[in-house]
Amino acid sequence: MMTLELLCQRFTALRPEDLEHWISEGYVRPDAAEGELVFQEIDVERVRLILDLREVMAVNEDALPVVLSLLDQLYALRRRLRRLGLEPDDEA
Amino acid sequence: MAEDPYKVLGVARDATPEAIKKAYRKLARKHHPDLNPGKPEAEARFKAASAANDLLSDPDKRARFDRGEIDAEGQEQRPAGGYRRHAEEAPGERYSRRADADMFEDLFADLFEARRAADSAPRRGQDAAYRLEVPFLSAVQGATERLSLPDGRSLSVKIPPGVVTGQVLRLRGQGHPGRNGGPAGDAMIELEVADHPLIRRDGNDLRMELPVTLKEAVLGGPVVVPTPSGPLRVTLPPHSDSGRQIRLRGKGVAAHGTRAAGDLFLTLRVMIGPPDAALEAFLRDWSPETPSNPREGLEAAT
Repeated sequence: MMTLELLCQRFTALRPEDLEHWISEGYVRPDAAEGELVFQEIDVERVRLILDLREVMAVNEDALPVVLSLLDQLYALRRRLRRLGLEPDDEA
Repeated sequence: MAEDPYKVLGVARDATPEAIKKAYRKLARKHHPDLNPGKPEAEARFKAASAANDLLSDPDKRARFDRGEIDAEGQEQRPAGGYRRHAEEAPGERYSRRADADMFEDLFADLFEARRAADSAPRRGQDAAYRLEVPFLSAVQGATERLSLPDGRSLSVKIPPGVVTGQVLRLRGQGHPGRNGGPAGDAMIELEVADHPLIRRDGNDLRMELPVTLKEAVLGGPVVVPTPSGPLRVTLPPHSDSGRQIRLRGKGVAAHGTRAAGDLFLTLRVMIGPPDAALEAFLRDWSPETPSNPREGLEAAT
């Protein structure tokens, strides 16, 4: 669990304005507890992934929602396969 | 031995930084583990590409690698693929809802507004931590010491009598400045009391050895003792042997608040002094009134 300040300290390439924008757009979905944003591990890793997309892979802000939406659908499908007792990576 | 970073990125040895960046970007897009769940080989290739990029994108490291000073191994590995692990499990549900327009914006607008308000509100400065070495006698008697700060300022610190190592004094308003007109933080000063070559602290009492001459020990009489509270005239009783303890009430750690002053304990130590012909002649002819064996009690030790 992390606050916005800690998160910005951990990722030097991350500006608080960017993160606020991503949260407003729903790209990152922290909890709000007593007026503070609380980031779970998955949110922290998601921020890392978005930074990778932007810094390393040069995905721009306009393409970001497309990529994230496709990824979210992919992972939703994989979780669903798991719940059905299927290993997503098995052949057959 | 890791692979040649130039081969990993597929660039020539004289590739420009731009070409290296471009090659890395291309590989990252293809193999980023979060974009390739269930493909362990993608993760391995992404890691190799990241390591190669870390090495070749740093001109210093690249030059050292080219000169053969470092090999392709031991480069920092970026932790990537962390998202995938969470997204595959139950926490991933958090991101399965489609992001409806304005939904999140409305949800968090108040919170961001509150954060901004908090940012511009007066805020108290942070406390600053310092260490201060206190001379032994200052800790016993109380004193005012100067503390030099890293920024060149210096603080005058009033040391109350009786402080011990590890004790923290708080100087209000001497810490980091506040924001937007808020009050400054406090300076928290951790004390370290130095040792003394002759005097030992025992709570609020002090202990020291008092060397006396043979004559003073046998006949008693006044001696002047230097103590933390100044020289004191002490009258030794006759027959004051080595090890005898003399208690000087109230001459230990100075009183402070409701705490009374401690005592100073002197432990006598008889010094026979430099060779003295008359003393030796006297002792040779001397027969004690009551012969005694000072080692009598030692038999138990054998």
